Parts: sequence; structure tokens; C-alpha cells
Amino acid sequence: MKSKLNLNFAVVDKARQYAREIAADTQKFIEKHTSVTIERTVARLLGIDGVDTQGVPLPNILVDNIRNNNGLSLGLSAYVGNAMIQTGKTPQQVAEAVANGELDITRLKMADMFEIRARIEEIARQTVERIRNNRRQREEYLGRYGDKKGPYLYVIVATGNIYEDIIQAHAAANQGADIIAVIRTTGQSLLDFVPFGATTEGFGGTFATQENFRLMRAALDEVSEKQGRYIRLCNYCSGLCMPEIAAMGALERLDVMLNDALYGILFRDINMQRTLVDQYFSRIINGFAGVIINTGEDNYLTTADAVEEAHTVLASQFINEQFALISGIPEEQMGLGHAFEINPDLKNGFVYELAQAQMAREIFPKAPLKYMPPTKFKNGNIFRGHVQDALFNMVTVLTNQKLHLLGMLTEAIHTPLMSDRALSIENARYIFNTMADLGDELEFKKDGIITTRANQVLNEACNMLENIRRDGLFKTLEQGKFAGVKRPFTGGKGLDGVVEKQSGYFNPFVDMMLKGGNK
Amino acid sequence: MSSGLYSTKEKNFSKELDLTRLKPYGDTMNDGKVQLSFTLPVADDERAIEAARQLGAKMGLSDVQVSHHEALDKNFSFFVVYGNLTHTVDITSIKVATIDSTIMDMHGVDEFIKENIGRKLVVVGASTGTDAHTVGIDAIMNMKGYAGHYGLERYQMIEAYNLGSQVTNEDFVKKAVELKADVLLVSQTVTQKDVHVTNMVELVELLEAANLRNKVILVAGGPRITNDLAKELGYDAGFGPGKYAEHVASFFVDEFIKRKMK
Repeated sequence: MKSKLNLNFAVVDKARQYAREIAADTQKFIEKHTSVTIERTVARLLGIDGVDTQGVPLPNILVDNIRNNNGLSLGLSAYVGNAMIQTGKTPQQVAEAVANGELDITRLKMADMFEIRARIEEIARQTVERIRNNRRQREEYLGRYGDKKGPYLYVIVATGNIYEDIIQAHAAANQGADIIAVIRTTGQSLLDFVPFGATTEGFGGTFATQENFRLMRAALDEVSEKQGRYIRLCNYCSGLCMPEIAAMGALERLDVMLNDALYGILFRDINMQRTLVDQYFSRIINGFAGVIINTGEDNYLTTADAVEEAHTVLASQFINEQFALISGIPEEQMGLGHAFEINPDLKNGFVYELAQAQMAREIFPKAPLKYMPPTKFKNGNIFRGHVQDALFNMVTVLTNQKLHLLGMLTEAIHTPLMSDRALSIENARYIFNTMADLGDELEFKKDGIITTRANQVLNEACNMLENIRRDGLFKTLEQGKFAGVKRPFTGGKGLDGVVEKQSGYFNPFVDMMLKGGNK
Repeated sequence: MSSGLYSTKEKNFSKELDLTRLKPYGDTMNDGKVQLSFTLPVADDERAIEAARQLGAKMGLSDVQVSHHEALDKNFSFFVVYGNLTHTVDITSIKVATIDSTIMDMHGVDEFIKENIGRKLVVVGASTGTDAHTVGIDAIMNMKGYAGHYGLERYQMIEAYNLGSQVTNEDFVKKAVELKADVLLVSQTVTQKDVHVTNMVELVELLEAANLRNKVILVAGGPRITNDLAKELGYDAGFGPGKYAEHVASFFVDEFIKRKMK
């Protein structure tokens, strides 16, 4: 692709190299640690599911049993594998026995580690195979129906009730939506467990549970088959249960998952050690499952100014890219995020948006960029809102953004009504069609506003990355360089769930998925 | 659907503005024009259009026009409807309870601080004592805020530190000194056996002992906190349910000026 922006690719290479070093430096810390949710994820991937009579998920009960006896540094696999050998039970039966108080898996005589590994790996291979089959099934659908060229129309449903969500999703798909995201209920990201079963009550969204995933997937498959095009399902693996939700998504064939290395730290005040350790395993799972991740840089701009802080978005995209590569996620699965959030009152605001979007496109040519609609300057005037969304749609079609989250004219009023979504889809389709090839016709003036702006943002991002490399990622977060939010190394939620691994620790899925992920 | 669009029919209603009989204005005084749109959970067909028209009539519209209809799904249809409202209100008889006019929104608070204080305010918040609930302090402080009300972390002119839950009063005071706090926010969710009262009083005592009480604005919040209770316990204010970051911020910036703090 020829650069329309006359970008200085020597600076791009330099920035990418800094990001690589930042991620590699942080990765040393990550690999020494595990967390309660990582071990619960292992439990889930070993087939442990369900809740006890109090509604506590069995993976939590099992991990708590091990943690309370200071065993977590060895990993759940060792204890479950050993319990299987000693009791002849399946992992699920082991978990049930622990839940009933019949078994304390940390008190059993330890079998030979080699034997334990063999038992666990046998089970792990079955799960990995199931996820691989899900991936194949998606590829089979896409092979049969073909994949959509141009931007995916991405809409959200957020009724709180999975059955109502299905009705809304069904309508949206019939109107032409390509990706349906089920927004989670307020506060789920701060729960250190994943709720169980189908749920019908949530606030501003619906609980992410494996059963809700399954129900929605089945409903969308039905529409996909009827319409002869594959409709993707999106949910959120962020918060304190990142890898568990990634695992549930992999098991139920979700296609897109929100997954950012820094979002939880900045916007949910989740401890930075916890988030970085968790994101690694969650991304390994996403990578292997063929899930497109969405990163959350767009959120920076809902807080900080979209013109002044544009370079922080780019810097973070570079960092997210490197963390994703370490976790085995190919560029084609990196939905790096950014947003259309410049103040509508700013002269030439649209011109800057165009510059920034084109810049992201050229710097990450293979990534299915996630482009988020205006929200910050939506004010309840639905008529202006519809115009803002139209301008946003134009940027997408002119610069080939891929995951195009549709703006809603009623943003800032309510979660979308069925008709809001329909109007948005109509707006986007109209613009995508009427301007389909306009982007190819356009070249940007040498040394004009657009090329100057793009190069300026790139240079600022590169300088920022150079500083982060010097100070380290943890220090940078403490200083409040992203989104203007400061987070202490030992502050925030979930730090007590981080455990240093001891020698002998093993998690069978890391190797299996990293080696088998990208064919 | 074009009947009435360029109607030459004589408009036989008064063209005078009558504030005791106020109605919407389209392009002629007292025409009562309103536009609305809605979805009906039925297939888009002639009966549905008539249903939409009748609903308009039941809402008090005359000359109802369904200007647009389309299917949203097999059994959902969308309508855009225009009509002339027959209802009126007497605006001269309306009394509006004056809302406390000092509540500013996030930008208002930021501007106020810029203009009147000229530096960032340092706000330190925590759920103190044994209380493990962070929902209250998070709603007020977290970037994302709550129910569309952004938290203090998002305010440009506020440096917000959310210490989370189960922070002891000693640690809280220590942190307040270290960060040079201007404002302390204390969240108390658990109120069994009035544990919150003991805990809240202990904090005041610690602050007084450290000669800090007058140097900070001290605010409490929680489902069972009232302004009266907070004041009784030696706080500057208390915020109960339904209050958001802007309420708290509007209070403390105002208090900051009133107390001539610097």
C-alpha cells in the first residue's frame, strides 16, 4: 500500500522497536506469575463448571481450596491431576468433592509429577481439540458464505435479559449488522468470579456467562444460516476474570472479544500486575481460538482530549500489538482501537479525524482496526447526533476501518432502542455505498493539514514510547501517562490474587495453544 | 401520505399566542405540530400503519400522518408520525421547585477550579475500616463513573486517588498527608450495628490529633449516610443514594472557597 500520508516509516519502525522492548521487559515479570483467575481458567478448560448450593462457581471453590493452603504457586493442574490419580475421579468430580467438603486436594499424597502431567495433558488435549473445532467451524461458515468485504457493522445489545437480547440481536442481524456485541452489566468487570447460567437481570447490560454465550451463539447461527452470511458475536474479556471469559468465549465460539492490556488498570482501577499477568493467558486463548481482540484505546479519548492525546492512542496500540504478538495473536486478529472523539466545535476537526484514522490504517496495515463512534460530544440532540455519526461513517469508508461500531443518535439518552440501531445501520450502509471507492480517489496534499497532523502524532507517539522504554511500563502507569490516570504498582483491585510461580508450576494450555494457534 | 403536506385548508384556529393555552409550534402559532417515532412489535403492513395512526390519535394528536414506516424485523415495524397536538398547558400556573443552583457538571467544576482556585485539587477517597464495598467510592471516583455521571478521576482539575476498600483510618490519614489531600471522601456501605458511626468518628479523632481536620474538606457517602448524620459526626457533608460525582465536587469546590483554603 502506498502511503497517502507520506509517513516517515523509519519513525514507525523505531516506535515499534521501542514497544517490542517495553513488552519484552514486562513479559519477564508476567511469566513469573500466575493469578486466581488464570488458575480458575485452567479449571474451566479441564471441564470444571457449575456452582455449589450457595451459587459459588466450582472453579472458585477449587482455587480457594488450593490458595488457602498456599498451594497456588504450583498451579491448579498439579493438584487436580494428582487428585485424579489418587481418587480416580474426573476433574468435575474432584471439584464437586471439594465443594461438598469431602476432599481437600492439597492434603493428598503427591504422585509423580510426570504422571500428573500426563493425566492433565490428556484432558487438556480434548479441550484444545474442542476449541480447534470451533475455529474450524467458523472457517467453514466463512468458506461457505464468504466473508464481508469492507467494514463490519458492529452493534451492541444491552437489555440485561439474554432472551430479550436475542430478540434485539435477531432484528439487528436482519437489518444488516455483521457483529453483535452483548454489553455486560455494570460492575461485572469487578467481580472476581463469573456468574453461572442464563440470566435475565442486569443493569445497563447482561451478565457474561457461558450459558448466555451459548444461547446467543445458537441464535446468531440460526440467522447466519438463514441469511447466508456469518454473523459474528462479541463479548468482553476484561476485568478481574479476563482469561476465564476468554476461555468461555473460546468454548462457545465467540468471534470478537474486547481485550486490552491496560484498560482494566486505567479505567477499572484493577491492579497493574494482575491485569498484565491475566491479559497474557487470555490472549493466548483468544489467539488460539481465532478470536479478533478489540483493544480499548478509544477510551483514552473519552477522558483525555482527542487532539492533544492522539499520540497516547498510537503509543498504546503499538504496545498492545507487541503484547498480542507475544501471546500468539496474529495481526489479522488485532482489532486495535481508536475513536472519532474530536470536539465538533473544533475547526477542521473532521480533517484531523481523517488524518488520525488514515495514520492508524497505514501503520497497522493488516489489523482489522476497531473504530469507535462519537460518544463524548453526544448531547441528547438526536438530530445533531445523526450527523456526527454520518461524519464518523465517512471516515471509516475513506480509510478502510474494519470493526465499525455504529454510533447511535440516542447516545447519552438510553441504551439503543431497536429503531435506533436500524437508523444507524441505514446511515452507515448509505454512506458506505455512496462513497464506496471515494477513498481510492483521494490523495492528500503534500505538507497539508492531514499529512502534517499524521506525522506529528507519529513523532509524539514515538517519543512517548522511548520514554516508556526508559522508565518501564509499570512506572509509566504510575505517572499517569495514559488517559491522564495514575495507578500505583500495588494499588487497585485484585493484587492479592497474584501469585509467584514456584518451580514445578505448570499450565498445560500455554504451550499447547501457543504452538497450535496459528497452524 | 401527503395529505395535508401542502394543505390549503383554512386554518380555523386562533393565531394569537395564549400562554394559558400553550401548545407546540410548527410553522404557525397554535398549530400544535409534533413529531414522534416509535416501533410496534408487529409486522409492517396496512393494519400496523392504521394502529400507529390510532395510537397517535390516542396521544391527543389530530390529523395524524404516518410519514414513514418500515420493517425492523419480521414482527417489528418502525413509524415516523406527525400530528397536531390537541392538548394545551397553562404555563402561567406552573411553579417549578428551584433546584439547588450550585450543582455544576464536570466541565463546570473544572472551569470553577481553574478560575477560582487555579490549581488541581487533590481528592483522596476510600472505603474505610472493615468495609469491603467499593461500589460507592467507585461510583464517585472511577473514570467511568456511574449511570452516565463521570467520576472524579475524569475531572481535569481534580487529582483523584481511589484507595479502594478496607483501608484503615490510620493508613487513610497517612496517605492524605503524603498526597497533600484537599478533600477526603469516606465511603461506608456496611452499617450493621452502626459500625460505620464508630469508624467515621475514629477518623475525625485521628485527623484532629494530627492537627489536620481544618486543613481538609471531609465528606462521607453511602446508602445510609445523610447530611445531618455526617455533620453530627464532625464531617463537612454527607451524601446518600442518588448523588453523583458532580454533587460531591460542586460541594467541595464551593466549600474550598468559603473556607478560604489555598
